[in-house]
Amino acid sequence: MSKLEARGEGYEAEHVHSVYEEIASHFSSTRYKPWPIVERFLKELPDGAVGADVGCGNGKYLTVNPRVFIVASDRSTNLVKIARQHQPHVAVVADNLSLPHPLYCFDFAISIAVIHHLSTSARRVEAVRAVLDLLRRPSGDVGDSESRALIYVWALEQKDSRRGWDEGHEQDVMVPWVIKGGQKAKRVKGQRKRKSEAEHQDSEEQTLAEQLQSKTYMRYYHLYRKGELRHDIEEAGGVVIDSGYEKDNWWAIASPKRDTGPIGS
Amino acid sequence: MKLLTLNFLTCAIKTCKTSPSSFPLHPQDAELEIVESDVNMAFLRNILPRLMWEELRGITRELGLPELPETAPAAEDLGEPSQVAKDLHRLLLETSIREGKLVCGNCGHEYAVKEGIANFLLPGHLV
Repeated sequence: MSKLEARGEGYEAEHVHSVYEEIASHFSSTRYKPWPIVERFLKELPDGAVGADVGCGNGKYLTVNPRVFIVASDRSTNLVKIARQHQPHVAVVADNLSLPHPLYCFDFAISIAVIHHLSTSARRVEAVRAVLDLLRRPSGDVGDSESRALIYVWALEQKDSRRGWDEGHEQDVMVPWVIKGGQKAKRVKGQRKRKSEAEHQDSEEQTLAEQLQSKTYMRYYHLYRKGELRHDIEEAGGVVIDSGYEKDNWWAIASPKRDTGPIGS
Repeated sequence: MKLLTLNFLTCAIKTCKTSPSSFPLHPQDAELEIVESDVNMAFLRNILPRLMWEELRGITRELGLPELPETAPAAEDLGEPSQVAKDLHRLLLETSIREGKLVCGNCGHEYAVKEGIANFLLPGHLV
């Protein structure tokens, strides 16, 4: 990663947001199986619970529990177009640091494989705080269940994965997303037609061959080391209720601390 | 975008959220469409106590839709399903904003709705 490039919003616009917008449909076709921890969290919710899915991607978690209602959001319009097809849920385009929801209006929230895309420590803590700010504060009544958020991030410690990262590795990494040539065949065909109007046969075939090769997009990730997610949650004014490691990821279920008030107070 | 969504939306600008006038957002120049779906009684019963009824009445008035009763129906009014339930389903889940904008009553910022998708991304100077 270039040390000259300052991280922050502009950096993420180039190395995260624009990539997902480009790869949305291929990405979505590979994202259909819910991760077990997320599935369990959603299925254990009381019937009628209303929650948010922050960074919903293609909306694969919207269908897990038909007895809850989810207001989903994602930074990528192309992914929201896919996510909103899951009835009766709704999906809007939003940034996870500027969510368009009233404070404390949801019973639960999930943010799965999202916060690791923020490129500074302060922005990651801010993203956790934004999720916690969605959660209903307990009324104090007997039997009032605590509102909870499930947060899931990629782990640094994944020596058994094909990527082979582990303790001691650089935590800020660029990860390739590869779309094989064949999957872009349709677009190539269109480009070929346009090309043929201006260029002669030889160069046209060369271009086509190049385009049929794989196209690689690089996405920025911050790989979380052990304990770091808990640290970010506490820094954001949350309490970790449960946490663990599942298949190359760290996860935590968090609630707002009892005495945490509105943003900025 | 289903009208029910407005029950859970406010301005994306942080300083607006603590101001009561930021909720609900006000639809403007809205082009509505009906997207039909099956009535889901369990869903309606669950969502009913979550509705901000007074604000919902305001939104329907602004959109020129039929006036809602002063108070929200009770769960037992929904029947299996009653006309009340069918009307509520039509309003919340089938009536959708296809094009238009959503305006914050506090800061006046306008969020576009295009092809049924509301976009809350803020320009750099407002983040």
